[in-house]
Amino acid sequence: MNIRRNVFASTAGIMVTGAVIGILAIILQANGNPQNMGICVACFERDIAGSLGLHRAAIVQYLRPEIIGLVLGSMIAALSFGNFQPRAGSAPITRFCLGVVAAMGALVFLGCPWRAILRLAGGDLNAVLGLAGLFVGIGIGTVFFRRGYSLGRNVPQGRMTGFLFPVLMLALLILRLAFPQIPGQDKDGILFYSVSGPGSMHAPLWLSLGVALVIGFIAQRSRFCTMGAIRDLILFRQTHLFLGLLAMLAAAFVMNMALGSFNPGFEGQPVAHSDGLWNFLGMVTAGLAFALAGGCPGRQLFLAGEGDGDAAVFALGMIVGAAMAHNFGTASSGAGIGPYGIHATLIGFAICVVIGLMHSKRA
Amino acid sequence: MAQVIDTCGLSCPQPVLMMHEAARSGGKSLDVLVDNEASRENVTRAAQKLGFTVTAVEQDAAVCRLELRA
Repeated sequence: MNIRRNVFASTAGIMVTGAVIGILAIILQANGNPQNMGICVACFERDIAGSLGLHRAAIVQYLRPEIIGLVLGSMIAALSFGNFQPRAGSAPITRFCLGVVAAMGALVFLGCPWRAILRLAGGDLNAVLGLAGLFVGIGIGTVFFRRGYSLGRNVPQGRMTGFLFPVLMLALLILRLAFPQIPGQDKDGILFYSVSGPGSMHAPLWLSLGVALVIGFIAQRSRFCTMGAIRDLILFRQTHLFLGLLAMLAAAFVMNMALGSFNPGFEGQPVAHSDGLWNFLGMVTAGLAFALAGGCPGRQLFLAGEGDGDAAVFALGMIVGAAMAHNFGTASSGAGIGPYGIHATLIGFAICVVIGLMHSKRA
Repeated sequence: MAQVIDTCGLSCPQPVLMMHEAARSGGKSLDVLVDNEASRENVTRAAQKLGFTVTAVEQDAAVCRLELRA
């Protein structure tokens, strides 16, 4: 293995990455993305599921270029620095299930950890409960790690396997270019488009894609991970990744203050509900799923971009889980939690605990 | 003789946990094998925090050996 110096592995590197994500997310909001949702991996994978018709919730259907850009940006960085390592085979079906549970839990709260940070930075105080849930969920995950939890080793794969997920993202981009949105129409060719609601709010294609390519590139270099940030803090008292998370929060907060988009409160927050208990518990379930899978939704996309087939399977699990969340009525909305949100949260949590116990050496 | 810890194919936080466990049971001289840059950086950072000096040696095309000395 080539041993190279990586400037992004420094404290400055991770903080710059966090700050850049925070700043660019607010720029995407200012250019059309929904408020407090400049970039949200769970929401945007849900929107992609909708655009492909995997669910038919008309207000959340848009083929978000950000997800594509995050994967391709990471792939470009990995290829440029000799980090592209096709690998897979560490309990893929288990990771798929964790992805499904992660998406369903996150959509009870309404956001991945990135969006929890952006919601807080925009003054949505419901995010405090979501972030508290994330801490608790990841904290439970560290108990399993201390008991020897492991999904087993991956093994090197051929380049074809490594490139498959990035190629899938390229294919989505081609679909987006071949079937662009027709103003006022809810479908073009095979793609669905929201004409109202969060799915109808989006920055221009090339801005979304460009921003995500930049984030994907630097996050691959710095290993930015919000789950790892909290996990390492609890498990090792290690603050390295956490400083990146704080930098993202601070940068997004400053940007919101500068643009006048900071509105503190619990009620009437954009794409959010104020059911505190389920904001908290939804993120406990999601946080535990992220911890057991080894990365937050964003980090899983960066890993998939550098050839990690197991992370790609997790991401696909999230897209399927997000579709199920809307088909089954487990996803929340601004009006409150869905009719089956409680069931999904609790069953998802139970699934994670069983996976955690069954993969721990000391049961 | 250094104790060898093979973390190849494992993802974080396991390489760091394995290194911690070996250090806790008194290991003063540990050779940690890593097969990806994230693990190399994480193990190096955590080991330095525990007071080890860390030397990275290229083992082969895929694997790097981190020599941890207390």
